[in-house]
Amino acid sequence: MDKQRREFLKIAGISTLAGLGAPAVVDRLVSGTTPLTAAASAEKGSSGHGAMETPAGHGQEAVPTGKQYGMVIDVRKFIAQRGLAEECIRACNQVHNIPQFPDRKDEIKWIWLTGYENAFPDNSHHHLNEEMERNQVLVLCNHCANPPCVRACPTKATFKDKHGVVAMDYHRCIGCRFCMAACPYGSRSFNWLDPRDPKGGLDVKNINRLFPTRMRGVVEKCNFCVERLGRGEQPACVAAASRSQGMFFGDLNDPNSEIRQVLKQNYTVQRKPSLGTKPSVFYII
Amino acid sequence: MYDSGKIIPGLIIFVLLITFPIWYNHGDAGEVPKTEMPKYNRLCVLPLEEIRPNHMKMLNQWRDEVLRDEDRSFIAVEGKMYQKSLQNTCMECHVSKKKFCDECHTYAAVTPYCWDCHLAPVE
Repeated sequence: MDKQRREFLKIAGISTLAGLGAPAVVDRLVSGTTPLTAAASAEKGSSGHGAMETPAGHGQEAVPTGKQYGMVIDVRKFIAQRGLAEECIRACNQVHNIPQFPDRKDEIKWIWLTGYENAFPDNSHHHLNEEMERNQVLVLCNHCANPPCVRACPTKATFKDKHGVVAMDYHRCIGCRFCMAACPYGSRSFNWLDPRDPKGGLDVKNINRLFPTRMRGVVEKCNFCVERLGRGEQPACVAAASRSQGMFFGDLNDPNSEIRQVLKQNYTVQRKPSLGTKPSVFYII
Repeated sequence: MYDSGKIIPGLIIFVLLITFPIWYNHGDAGEVPKTEMPKYNRLCVLPLEEIRPNHMKMLNQWRDEVLRDEDRSFIAVEGKMYQKSLQNTCMECHVSKKKFCDECHTYAAVTPYCWDCHLAPVE
């Protein structure tokens, strides 16, 4: 009995070792290299590509490619012309059939006004100039180059489209609101109620019949007017502010675009740039 | 078996009762809805024998192309250009949701959620 157990343990031990070692041996036989040559070739490879493969976190950042639509908002113009911001908001609400629920917890926001210290908590301090203290700033989805909401979405309902717009596919949205938790700008609203609910004030007669509404249970946000861009038009808010040149829109990755010239000539700030989301909306304060 | 005289007829009656909808409607597909062509435009983006069974696939494809791939190119049918849109193209000719959507969908017992968001034409 004892002898049999001894034999069994021997065989078990040897077969375990063989099982663990075999894949390594087979791999080496298949690739036809010894450990020495493998190490040498790895070294050669790293010296060849190393410079290019350095992650963007340190040193020089990779130049972005492709389109990235962006916006510049000239806050001075909005302060100078009273009611212009409200006009932009109204234009957006009308074009996108955005309901206006009386209860603030049901509110749907695409573009709205907020205090300076809420928009730019990184740059706010006690001794703000009076103008900024009195006035509000237009805010909307920043269509970040590195959007946290897109990473949080479990169904890919929100995604970065090929023009750099953070888009929503409402057909796929399951209403989990992870994106709302992920967005540091509060740019996303949840439809607690049916947007066509009479409380929402959507007038069925004056509704924009070329654009859908949303349904109860999905998250919605500014879409940078992709449907208008597709027709070669400017976003609704930019068009509303065009007479006063309060807003500029264009491709941030095209060095010859108007928006790049505006950015070159003016000192601009972004909202919460320290979070690394790379917002595409810039402000001239 | 005890009481088989009661149990077996009871079972038969039970089975007959719960299969009632199957044998009662057997061989009868109900009244098939009468299809009607739109009045103003007889030209569709696809031929009739394709659009009728496959319109839902085409709509899904349009949705993905427009929304995901930003491919808003137009569809040309005999020289006329059509936008890829349920709300803005299909319903231009099929002016009534009740007649052109609901009638068949009700018959086939399908409830697509298109109109939760998209606006149906005013009737």
